Amino acid sequence: MTDLGETGAIVDFGAPVEGGAFDEHRPPDAALVGDCVHCGFCLPTCPTYILWGEEMDSPRGRIYLMKEGLEGAPMTDAMVSHWDACLGCMACVTACPSGVQYDTLIEQTRAQVERHHDRSAGDRALRGLIFALFPHPKRLRLLRGPLRLLQRTGLDRAMRRTGLLDRMAPQLAAMERLAPRLGRPEPLPELIPATGERRATIGLLTGCVQSAFFPGVNSATARVLRAEGCDVVVPPAQGCCGALSVHNGREAEAQGFARRLVDSFEDRGVEWIVVNAAGCGSTMKEYAELLADEPAYADRARAFADRVRDVSEILDELGPVAPRHPLEMTIAYHDACHLAHAQGVRAEPRRLLEAIPGLELREIAEGEICCGSAGIYNVLNPEPARELGDRKAANIVATGAQLLVTANPGCLMQVASAIDRSGHPMGMAHTVEVLDASITGRPAATLMP
Amino acid sequence: MPGMPGVDAVTQRARELIPPEGVITDVARLRTYECDGLSHYRVVPALVVIPEDAAQLAGVVGACAEHGVPFVARGSGTGLSGGALPHAEGVLVVTSKMRTITAVRPDDQRAVVEPGVINLDVTRAATPHGYYYAPDPSSQQICSIGGNVAENSGGAHCLKYGFTTNHVLGAEFVSPQGDVVQLGGIAPDTPGYDLLGAVVGSEGTLGIVTSATVRLVRLPEEVRTILVGFASTDQAGAAVSAIIAAGIVPAAIEMMDALAIEAAEAAVHCNYPDGAGAVLVIELDGAAVEVAAEYDEVERLCNDNGAFEQRLATDPADRALIWKGRKSAFAAVGRISPDYIVQDGVIPRTALPEVLKAIAELSGTSGVRVANVFHAGDGNLHPLVLFDESKDGEAEAAEEVSGAILDLCIEHGGSITGEHGVGMDKARYMPRMYDEADLDTMQLVRCAFDPDGISNPGKVFPTPRLCGEVPGRHKGAHPLQEAGLAEVF
Repeated sequence: MTDLGETGAIVDFGAPVEGGAFDEHRPPDAALVGDCVHCGFCLPTCPTYILWGEEMDSPRGRIYLMKEGLEGAPMTDAMVSHWDACLGCMACVTACPSGVQYDTLIEQTRAQVERHHDRSAGDRALRGLIFALFPHPKRLRLLRGPLRLLQRTGLDRAMRRTGLLDRMAPQLAAMERLAPRLGRPEPLPELIPATGERRATIGLLTGCVQSAFFPGVNSATARVLRAEGCDVVVPPAQGCCGALSVHNGREAEAQGFARRLVDSFEDRGVEWIVVNAAGCGSTMKEYAELLADEPAYADRARAFADRVRDVSEILDELGPVAPRHPLEMTIAYHDACHLAHAQGVRAEPRRLLEAIPGLELREIAEGEICCGSAGIYNVLNPEPARELGDRKAANIVATGAQLLVTANPGCLMQVASAIDRSGHPMGMAHTVEVLDASITGRPAATLMP
Repeated sequence: MPGMPGVDAVTQRARELIPPEGVITDVARLRTYECDGLSHYRVVPALVVIPEDAAQLAGVVGACAEHGVPFVARGSGTGLSGGALPHAEGVLVVTSKMRTITAVRPDDQRAVVEPGVINLDVTRAATPHGYYYAPDPSSQQICSIGGNVAENSGGAHCLKYGFTTNHVLGAEFVSPQGDVVQLGGIAPDTPGYDLLGAVVGSEGTLGIVTSATVRLVRLPEEVRTILVGFASTDQAGAAVSAIIAAGIVPAAIEMMDALAIEAAEAAVHCNYPDGAGAVLVIELDGAAVEVAAEYDEVERLCNDNGAFEQRLATDPADRALIWKGRKSAFAAVGRISPDYIVQDGVIPRTALPEVLKAIAELSGTSGVRVANVFHAGDGNLHPLVLFDESKDGEAEAAEEVSGAILDLCIEHGGSITGEHGVGMDKARYMPRMYDEADLDTMQLVRCAFDPDGISNPGKVFPTPRLCGEVPGRHKGAHPLQEAGLAEVF
């Protein structure tokens, strides 16, 4: 038998061993890998472990694979498949009693994978298409026309019934299914002045998917902030925050987006930078680390990150001044992983919602488990995403609530498509849309399908 | 694997029985299974199989028997004695895909579960019916019932409700020959030898349980959880003895010392009393009137013994936070020390102050820090011996202190393990507790189940023996050694 009687932590080395999976530019941090004491408390919250029950597809197993790579094992297709299968939901970070920073580790690993792993031609093309499209609000907006046409003519449903796309390109089929029903575009002015006394000046991130597919969420955010006494500044040409790129190992691309966003919000006199998409907010709060090696940006990125808040955080902190009108309805609140696990924001949206007269909040069983959206995961890995979506939909339907509320466009699309499959239609809304309805006195029915 | 014809044959059989993703031969993947919760013991298995049902599992074990290949069972891989440490030339049989709760029967207070079902999931399934599964190891959110049965796991509430063995009524069991047999049953007692009793706690050395019928316990009418702060562990220990002496059996009495409190605070912000040298977590459950009466008595006894703060959990969230501090204590120690050994020893409760003092002295003279977390009610200690592996000699010093703590337990009439099992880690301490005749007798039991010594070999017993061999002295290399199946440690 080998290694018997050896004592110590699971990792005992410094820089990556030559010939191993990783190069020297930000390899998975050996000290962070060493923080894992192998207790397994992360396993029951990991979506892929829940689905498959395999060690390699758990956070503990993925960290072990990183350790193997650091110790000199080459980067194999098998290893990459397990890192790729991670949703990046960070439920494990919440669950870990030892404080292992898996979020940092998987980001470091993914950037290495993008540099060193040869993906298949099909995979490369799909990723190329996604990143040529999603981080570019203008291109996404161009897509709106054809999409609306498909939806209005009913061609989209006809196409789904044939199952042709599913057979030919399951990932593209997944993308098509996720597209929400589109409303009218709602462009925002550069400055929306506060109603009544000004309590704060806020810069609003409009986002890519949010602005193209859910423009109503951005206008609701602006209306609610205005009603609560905020000047809302909307810098034009702000572009993408880089979240999708960070989460998929495209480090240089992400840094480019981050620099542009820092530039566009600087000198606008805003106290806070407010985000209504959980994935974007969590990445923007980590700009200091993302741009740490760039002297021209490091300090500015830190200052920027310090001012980033989710819209529910800022509203909770300011406290209400605008009167709420009753909304007689039951809602189920779904924690977006990048809000709850990555940013620790759980109580704020619940407090805001529960303060609305007449509204009853219901908790969703297995609330800490990801819905399967996970950025572009549901496009890249439609099968597990679909299973997780169905599981989530069943738990949501079981609450008996009339409306599902969450704070991330990815979750909204994923859950909507899963609920649709389940055959139990219900309304969907972002937290601020519910607040907006209550403040402006619109009836509950306007939030329903 | 080259040079292991037996393993090759088992691999081939496994591929016929189990879907491809459940047969692992790739070395990078195999290595993720090289250790369980006790990560400083590592052995890469020759093959990992993850069967989906009892038939697949029995088929693989049958192939192992046919080809003389050792096998080791593993559930969630959270064990703390290296009980699921793989065998380099053997098969690791993982039950993590066998996780169906087959039946929940509140009417006769039973549940039937597969071995990969997570402990807490049994309670989750039973709660809507007004029941729960009582044994609650600190890892209950992830540890599997199969592992619990193998290790006869305990937990905070075993003081009042007993260990796993008191809650398993029947089992479907795959013998080391690959036969599927039924042990125990639904009836409260079965005639003849208690074979189920032998299997529970046998640490995987007698075979693999593929289904367990477990007892469900009625949820109590009332639960009160109290967090009590003391200046010292002496005071807290005296309070524990006073409570038990008063005839009260709390559902749990847990103690943590200052270092353990520091770790838990860092990890889960459990808001334990400031400046406490020790805290007790006391839980009373049962009928409301009984709990109310006991609560008054416990409060008085704690005050009499110097408690400076007592806090009653006012809602479920409060109670959960108190327990979270206690239940994450082991892993939380990772926040205050890069490496640590979780020790598990038992002493008579009355020896608590004396043994704690001796541990403090050991720590003082060796310079090795020791955090204490334990089930105070039944004298089950979990000293956490802290060290930094990157510093020369610290690991050895920690190992020495850890061993000396076990000696202390034995000296005071206790045991070398309360609930984590002997596994790999403590096999060498077995002769300190048992003489040769005792060990030989246990070996005979093992031989009755596993004459070829292929079920989790090298665990529990310090020296591997062949069945049929005359116990006692023997000359030359051991036959198992010669066959390359075992080594003497």
